Amino acid sequence: MQFDLRLRRTEELNIDNLIIMSKVIIIDDEPLARSIVKEYLSKHTEMELVQECNDGFEGLKAIQQHEPDLIFLDIQMPKINGFEMLELVDQPPAVIFTTAFDEFAIRAFEAHAIDYLLKPFNQERFDKAVAKWRDQKNATTEKKTEELLETASLSPSQSQRIVVKNGSKIKIIPVQDVFYLEAADDYVKIHTQEGYFLKNKTMNHFEEVLDKQHFVRSHRSYIVNVQQITRIDPYEKDNHVAILRSGIKVPVSRGGYGKLKAVLGL
Amino acid sequence: MHVSLFSVRRFLIIFSIAWLVLITDHALVLQWFGLPWTAAISDSLISNALLLLIAILLLNTFRYYVPDMGQYMSVLGMVIIFTLFWLLISQWLLGLILIDYANYKVFLHKSLIIRFSIAFLILGIIAMIGIIWFNWQDQQKNEERKADAEKLAKEAELFKLRQQLQPHFLFNSLNSINALIGTRPEEARKMVQQLSDFLRGSIRKEDNQFITFAEELEYLQLYLEIEKVRFGYRLKTATDVTPEALTWKMPSLLLQTLMENAIKFGLYGTTGEVLISLQAKVTDNYLVVSIENPYDPDMQTPKGTGFGLKSVRRRLYLLFGRNDLIEINQKADSFVVIFRVPSEETIAI
Repeated sequence: MQFDLRLRRTEELNIDNLIIMSKVIIIDDEPLARSIVKEYLSKHTEMELVQECNDGFEGLKAIQQHEPDLIFLDIQMPKINGFEMLELVDQPPAVIFTTAFDEFAIRAFEAHAIDYLLKPFNQERFDKAVAKWRDQKNATTEKKTEELLETASLSPSQSQRIVVKNGSKIKIIPVQDVFYLEAADDYVKIHTQEGYFLKNKTMNHFEEVLDKQHFVRSHRSYIVNVQQITRIDPYEKDNHVAILRSGIKVPVSRGGYGKLKAVLGL
Repeated sequence: MHVSLFSVRRFLIIFSIAWLVLITDHALVLQWFGLPWTAAISDSLISNALLLLIAILLLNTFRYYVPDMGQYMSVLGMVIIFTLFWLLISQWLLGLILIDYANYKVFLHKSLIIRFSIAFLILGIIAMIGIIWFNWQDQQKNEERKADAEKLAKEAELFKLRQQLQPHFLFNSLNSINALIGTRPEEARKMVQQLSDFLRGSIRKEDNQFITFAEELEYLQLYLEIEKVRFGYRLKTATDVTPEALTWKMPSLLLQTLMENAIKFGLYGTTGEVLISLQAKVTDNYLVVSIENPYDPDMQTPKGTGFGLKSVRRRLYLLFGRNDLIEINQKADSFVVIFRVPSEETIAI
């Protein structure tokens, strides 16, 4: 008992000395779910709740505006889920996920040793998650989050669409609407009827995530939607070019031609 | 169309033996009456071969049209017509072929009434066997359909338990209660009560597949109350039900499944306020229920409508044998599901 008390006192002292307030944002579509996090958070005087958000859209804006140190993030939310929102943040802050039940997400968390709170949770569990975050602060969290998002994008619901940021607006592109993808430095250009959108991912990522029966890496820098192809013409020596319905020409390398032929059953 | 009796091996064997016995008997009797062996055998072969053809014709007719066990008169008429038909042909053919035998013509004329009686009896027995066989097949098919319907209802119930109660709905509801305990304990108590009633309702035994719309609505109300606590101002519902609709009998869990679907689509497919409207009325001896939920055209959610709609469509088919009882309309910014329930008397059992 004696020992316990002493320990606590030193902890408080340390915090007093630091006086750095951590900024926190809560993102959850259920008001009561937010209020319980707020209640537990109020015991942590060193943490300041800067905003509560209803959905991923508000969340994204709030993150850009406040640059929080930590966010509490629900997964199932209107229109875009927690993972999809995080993908759109340039430099994701530390995250503690809060979820009721999502088999896929929980498997992803376990795989990447990321802390999460299963609803309903109590103050003790909450404090533990916060303590863990404080210990690990800026160590490896960012990398872990990135890896987590990579896994999350393999979920069946998420491989059906691509969420991109278009200026300040968020655009959800169903994969069948994609014409082709093109590598552009650190980004990938997603070409659609409405022009192209940029996504901060690699070509390898998309090759992995997209359905291989419909999307073929036709070239080192191109992935093409097979259903958009009207014909494939020879082009220079050894190379080909795929002509899409919209008339656009997409380069096809020698290896890519083989893959295309296999998928098209030629 | 039914499976032919002749595709059943055991029947085929018995049928063939019976015909062999018939041919032998026929020939023996004619010989006993004084006909020469050759004439007796020819007569027997011709008559019974023709009878066999007529019997096959009769059974084949039943494959497409099975008279009810109650329609004695039509069965009797049919057998008489077939027998007369046989008599006419066999008389003509026998007279033609066996003309050389002395006194055969006289004998044939005298035996006509006996020939008719025996053929009538045989065809009568075959008709009875055929009717029993084909009716049994119909019954078998109906039972299969009924069993399928029951199985599906059970599956829907299980699925609902697993998907709705267990993971998401249940834990989120508990989380809401957890939050309410600290700030508004009275409301927490109320929600515990509602959640318990809802859980009890979903594990109650569904002995009777048909319940009134009012009962289904009452159960739905519990669910809606809980969801409204969870989602606060975002979830709004409007219900417009006529008094006649309330007493209409309908398959249980249909409404619940479709409402859950509408709420899920509405809440997770859009941001901001979500109005789910439910309308029910009775028109032209049908209960017509429509459920509307908003939908964001930007979302372009995959057209797949999930287990909910599919299972409802299948259950309606299995219960009523019809595919036109549910329709889905996608408007500019809303999604409407309309289903119709015929009166209970018209249920195919």
